[in-house]
Amino acid sequence: MSEIIKVGIADINLVSPPDTIRTTGLGSCVGVILYDEGKKIAGMAHVMLPESALIKSNTTNLGKFADTAVNALYDMLIKKGASAKSIKAKIAGGAQMFQFSSGSEMMRIGPRNVESVKLHLNQFGIPLISSDVGGNSGRTIEFDPLNSQLTIKTVNKGTKII
Amino acid sequence: MDFTKINHIHLDILREIGNIGAGHAATALSTMLNKAVDMKVPSVNVISFDEITEMVGGSENIVASVFLRIVGDAPGCMFFMLPIEQAEKLLGDLLGGEAVQLTEGVHSEMTISALQEVGNILSGSYLTSFSDFTGLNLQPSVPATSIDMAGAILSFGLLEISAVSDFAIVIDTAFTDIKKLDEVKGHFFLLPDPESFAKIFNALGVPMDE
Repeated sequence: MSEIIKVGIADINLVSPPDTIRTTGLGSCVGVILYDEGKKIAGMAHVMLPESALIKSNTTNLGKFADTAVNALYDMLIKKGASAKSIKAKIAGGAQMFQFSSGSEMMRIGPRNVESVKLHLNQFGIPLISSDVGGNSGRTIEFDPLNSQLTIKTVNKGTKII
Repeated sequence: MDFTKINHIHLDILREIGNIGAGHAATALSTMLNKAVDMKVPSVNVISFDEITEMVGGSENIVASVFLRIVGDAPGCMFFMLPIEQAEKLLGDLLGGEAVQLTEGVHSEMTISALQEVGNILSGSYLTSFSDFTGLNLQPSVPATSIDMAGAILSFGLLEISAVSDFAIVIDTAFTDIKKLDEVKGHFFLLPDPESFAKIFNALGVPMDE
C-alpha cells in the first residue's frame, strides 16, 4: 500500500517509494523538494519565510525558513544514504496572492522566498532541475520519488507535471 | 511571542473584540442583504498554523476572501472568508438575483468589485468598533480579494506571527443564516501582529505582565 506523506505549513519530511509526499495550499510559501534520483529518496519542506537570521526568537522549526530548510533537507537526505553529488532540487510556490498598490516588503514575500531558496540551493551546489514559481495562484504539490515527478495543481490553471 | 503571559482575562478581551466587531459587521451585512444574519459566539484560540486552515475546511478548500492590513496603533491582518458557494449566493443577492459563478476562473469585474465592496464595508464596521472599544487608532488598507485555496490565502496573514512563533492567536467569528444555524456562511478572522497584543491589553487597562 502506498501512502501520501503530508507536509504541513513550516513542516519538513522525507519519502521513499512506493509512498509519495505532498503539501497543500502553497501561497507565498515555497515547496522545496530535494531528491536523489538513483537512491529514490526525497524530502520536502514547506518554507514560509526567506531568512532565519531576521528572526529574534530561536524557533526550532527548521522547515519554516528557506536557509534552515535547505540545510536540514540536505542533512536528512545524506543521513538516509543519498550521495551529495546526486542531490537535485525542484521547487514550486512563491505566489503573490494579493495585489496591493503599496508594495511593502511583506507583500513581496513570495518572490523573496523563491530568491532565498535559490540562493541557498546554490550555496550547497544543488542543481535546480525545474520550478513553477510566482504568479498569483495557490498550489498543491505532490512529489513521487520513484520517477522524480512533481505534480502541481492550481485552482484555475489545472494540473501540470514538472 | 510569549503566550504564557496571556491569561483568561486577556482571552476574554479578545473574544469581546470579536463579538463587538463581528456584531457590527453582521448588522451591516444584514442591512445590505435585507435579511437577518446571525453570528456564533466568537472563538479565540492559540493554535498551530495547520489548525487555522482546518477552521475553513482544510488547506485545499476553495474560498472567496477579502484581505486587509490593519495599520495604526495595533497592526494586524483581517480576513473575511466565504465558502465559494456561499459567496456566489451572497453576490447573487447583492447584484439583484443574477446568477454568479466564481469557480471557473472567469469572474466578471463587477463580481470581484462587489466582493471587494462587501469586504470593505464589513471589515470597516468591524474595525471601527474595534477602534472605538479600545481607543486605539486603527485604519484599514485598501482591501484585496482572492478566490483560491484557503491555505494559500491564510498563510499570508500568518507571516508576521510566523517570524516569532509557531502558533497564532486567531479571533474567529462565524456567520450563519438565522434560520439555518448550522450552516456557516462565512468567517471573520482577526490576526493581530505579535507586538499588537500588549498594546490592545494596555489600552483596555489589563497589561500582560500582571
